[in-house]
Amino acid sequence: MLRCNQNNLYPAKVRVSDFAKFLYYNVKLNGCGGAEAVLPIRFILIQNRAGKTRLAKWYMQFDDDEKQKLIEEVHAVVTVRDAKHTNFVEFRNFKIIYRRYAGLYFCICVDVTDNNLAYLEGIHNFVEVLNEYFHNVCELDLVFNFYKVYTVVDEMFLAGEIRETSQTKVLKQLLMLQSLE
Amino acid sequence: MPTVSKADGMRGLAVFISDIRNCKSKEAEIKRINKELANIRSKFKGDKALDGYSKKKYVCKLLFIFLLGHDIDFGHMEAVNLLSSNKYTEKQIGYLFISVLVNSNSDLIRLINNALKNDLSSRNPTFMNLALHCIANVGSREMAEAFASEIPRILVAGDTVDSVKQSAALCLLRLNRTSPDLIPMGEWTARVVHLLNDQHLGVVTAATSLITTLAQKSPDEFKTSLSLAITRLSRIVTSASIDLQDYTYYFVPAPWLSVKLLRLLQCYPPPEDASLRGRLTECLETILNKAQEPPKSKKVQHSNAKNAVLFEAIALIIHHDSEPTLLVRACNQLGQFLQHRETNLRYLALESMCTLASSEFSHEAVKTHIETVINALKTERDVSVRQRAVDLLYAMCDRSNAKQIVAEMLSYLETADYSIREEIVLKVAILAEKYAVDYTWYVDTILNLIRIAGDYVSEEVWYRVIQIVINRDDVQGYAAKTVFEALQAPACHENLVKVGGYILGEFGNLIAGDSRSSPLVQFDLLHSKFHLCSVPTRALLLSAYIKFINLFPEVKATIQDVLRSDSQLRNADVELQQRAVEYLRLSCIASTDILATVLEEMPPFPERESSILAKLKKKKGSAKLPDIDDSRRNVNGSTEHGGDNAEPASKVTSDLSGSSSSLNASVCTDSMFYSPEYAPCSLPPWILTFISSLLSFLLFSSSLSLHQSPPSLLEDLHPTDRPRPSYFSPAPPFVCKNNGVIFENQLLQIGLKTEYRQNLGRMYVFFGNKTSTQFLSFTSSVSCSDALRLSVHAKAVDPVIEGGAQVQQILNIECVSDFTDAPVLNIQFRYGGTLQNLAVKLPVMLNKFFQPTEMTSEDFFQRWKQLGAPQQEVQKIFNANHPMDSDVTKAKILGFGVALLDGVDPNPANFVGAGVIHTKSTQVGCLIRLEPNTQAAMYRLTLRTSRDSVSQRLCELLCEQF
Repeated sequence: MLRCNQNNLYPAKVRVSDFAKFLYYNVKLNGCGGAEAVLPIRFILIQNRAGKTRLAKWYMQFDDDEKQKLIEEVHAVVTVRDAKHTNFVEFRNFKIIYRRYAGLYFCICVDVTDNNLAYLEGIHNFVEVLNEYFHNVCELDLVFNFYKVYTVVDEMFLAGEIRETSQTKVLKQLLMLQSLE
Repeated sequence: MPTVSKADGMRGLAVFISDIRNCKSKEAEIKRINKELANIRSKFKGDKALDGYSKKKYVCKLLFIFLLGHDIDFGHMEAVNLLSSNKYTEKQIGYLFISVLVNSNSDLIRLINNALKNDLSSRNPTFMNLALHCIANVGSREMAEAFASEIPRILVAGDTVDSVKQSAALCLLRLNRTSPDLIPMGEWTARVVHLLNDQHLGVVTAATSLITTLAQKSPDEFKTSLSLAITRLSRIVTSASIDLQDYTYYFVPAPWLSVKLLRLLQCYPPPEDASLRGRLTECLETILNKAQEPPKSKKVQHSNAKNAVLFEAIALIIHHDSEPTLLVRACNQLGQFLQHRETNLRYLALESMCTLASSEFSHEAVKTHIETVINALKTERDVSVRQRAVDLLYAMCDRSNAKQIVAEMLSYLETADYSIREEIVLKVAILAEKYAVDYTWYVDTILNLIRIAGDYVSEEVWYRVIQIVINRDDVQGYAAKTVFEALQAPACHENLVKVGGYILGEFGNLIAGDSRSSPLVQFDLLHSKFHLCSVPTRALLLSAYIKFINLFPEVKATIQDVLRSDSQLRNADVELQQRAVEYLRLSCIASTDILATVLEEMPPFPERESSILAKLKKKKGSAKLPDIDDSRRNVNGSTEHGGDNAEPASKVTSDLSGSSSSLNASVCTDSMFYSPEYAPCSLPPWILTFISSLLSFLLFSSSLSLHQSPPSLLEDLHPTDRPRPSYFSPAPPFVCKNNGVIFENQLLQIGLKTEYRQNLGRMYVFFGNKTSTQFLSFTSSVSCSDALRLSVHAKAVDPVIEGGAQVQQILNIECVSDFTDAPVLNIQFRYGGTLQNLAVKLPVMLNKFFQPTEMTSEDFFQRWKQLGAPQQEVQKIFNANHPMDSDVTKAKILGFGVALLDGVDPNPANFVGAGVIHTKSTQVGCLIRLEPNTQAAMYRLTLRTSRDSVSQRLCELLCEQF
């Protein structure tokens, strides 16, 4: 699936680190400041191994510094783990469910009581949709089409909840949107 | 670059992104960005009107630049313009920009809301979805206000298309979370429940989330969802794998929906209706059966999806805790997973079993897996798995296996990761104490703990071992011998020196008969450690020495020499110096009899007596000891299963420092002797919180085993701080009342009258001139240290106040979000030629914005449970500073602003209250429980709110009142 061979995709002069200045996703969520009750997904992050953020979607209010800190911490926590480890890490008062695809880490932060495997497969379901939508998705697709990735996320996850799980339905909807002007 | 070409024709954007990526340095990048920003700015300002496409492209570029981490201070208007385009791609970029970048107090909110309104009523599903997603992403209060009635209508309207229903359900969920007050339940609620029957499983998926959240808040109103959810679940689990088509994931029918439905069912107790209950049991059995069937696919996705449902079903079985067969089956299933090759499954099985261990039905079944779990502790590569194994061992421990488990934990401790050592130490300490049958084992265990992980042994642990040794004479000789041997090690931990010093000082005589541990040998051994130790330990050792002088007259001269040396008598540390001087003097002038009396062996810690509180009793006349037994019961209740165990610990719950009778206070206050902190004469009764602080540590260190199913919600104990010494300052008035005089001197009197409503307040300030002369140039202004959180607007006041007259000033107060610092009233005026300056703190506290909430006992517990995260709770134990009159307390709690709830707490002496703090940005529900202990003249106050800062602040405010 996600093939991410940067040597082939890029002329040598392009430095990998330049790709994702993207990283600083200071997504300013607006003043909802509410009493956060039971909220399944706190945030979704897609990062590469170098720690560049490819997508950051926040479902809980954090200020910009806090977001940056979270991004760095998640990267630190997740990248040290190897394939023999679980796909779950305790993280502050939450847990991160993550899965690695080629050079990209897909991370979902949820409540400690939440269902690990459901979110683990939620990630995979999402990746399969991306793969289908971008025809063999690679990291660069997420860079150049960042505004479309948001649409895909919103189709599948909304308000921190799983919205739609059927790949067929999501892709149909995405293709319909694609056809619109 | 595969996708550039197909980028909707936004070629300029693709080129720009490529350019940025080609920049060789940060500077080059910034240069390129600035060039682009200048270009965009000129386009936006230019005379030529931009077409929609260009606007979209530039706004998208701005968004990209923002996501790179640069500030964007223009383009918002253009983005808002895009919202009214009738082209999807333009609208989408506009909404994306808004969701990511526009903040709520922007002037544009009205325009945005207008655009949202248009799209919501457009009847174009694509546009409606864009608008709904934007509201769900932003979720601001303004949006909630604007669309609170619109969205439920869309959700339940018959002609709404499915995908819009999905978005509307979750959009409503978001608004309900952020501004619950604005989303009143209505006739739509009943219809929402019926979405569980919807044909479209996507709609059911979204609706289930909404219903679950609503049901958590008001279970009664959504009770009908129970049968619908069970029916739906039953249809899914019994369906053939192809029936659900689009919703079958790797041969598993609708796994996510199944999980959600099972979570919804966890909002309720087992259904009362027998047939419904039977159907649910059938579902759960089917799920358990499927776990045994051969997999339909070798793919991990298949087994993950299947097991996601299985684990959620087990969670429900544990939640119900009522069907022994299901519980045991669940346990067996998890037992198989314990040896599965997938690390994920082993981890989850350990985690899930932890909760099973606390059910009486499955505790024994869990215990059968002890060897596997111990093996996991030794062989797992992932520390988080080992951690779960420790948790599970702790949870499954009872009398029958305590020795084995403690031994395994101790041996694991030698190599355990540093991150989890302290937790293991506490667990071992608790288990060793709780299941100790013979105390030599207990003493050995604790000394081993100190030897293996001394740095991680907290005070509470070593205080405790001393307490137990003091109270049990059958173990004293053994303890003395053991510590003596342990101290022989060339390098021993300072905590061991402390325990050793204390125990030898008390019971060294019990082993002095042996020439290998003669008094002099004991002393030399202790003293050989002296110089390596910290000041508190040395202080403790000095006390041990003076005790030696009493125990062993033959070493008196040696010890006096030590005390007399310059390094003691002239020690720079005042505490050490004082001890040396006083002990030396005592040993010189006191007769043997007096010495024997003063330095008598510590009396057993009386079951309920603490010296500090005894002192307090003398002072106050009536104070008695607080009762901590409930905390103890709690430990037992939640983790003990083997019936009635020997309870060494509960017999000796008292204060280590309890010896004012035997150690003359004028020579050395007991607190100095025993308290490492040297709290002068008022050592907090810390030992009272011993067990509870151990527990709190465990609770806070995310040990799942204790998170789950505490026997009674209100008994659940999360203490935070040790009680601090009480401050005898008068309780700050005005926390619980709104009117009165806040300041008065010879010239001026300032009175207040205040009204509060939701997040607003109006304060009338009355300035009374007490003299017969005019005050001139009178000004009064308000300053807030954090105006973003609390805004106070003061109306101007007449600059002249005649002699004897009174003027009034009106302050309008708005609580924007939770705050701590009170506003200050700065007053200036001229009186008889001199300028007078005054600053008076205004009694505007967070609790003023309370709205009392009446609720039933059931609701209260429900909410209490919801607010179970450790950081949401603050607890404080403190001394009563006022007479403990129940009516006065009631009045104070009411004055504090919450509703007093009668009949919620099983103990009628306790007070339970609930209220909502209103701020502009949010509302914070707050639950309060105050437990007075009249005998001890102490209180325990527990607060749970959804915000930790609020819990903290309210606790500070309230506990000063009693």
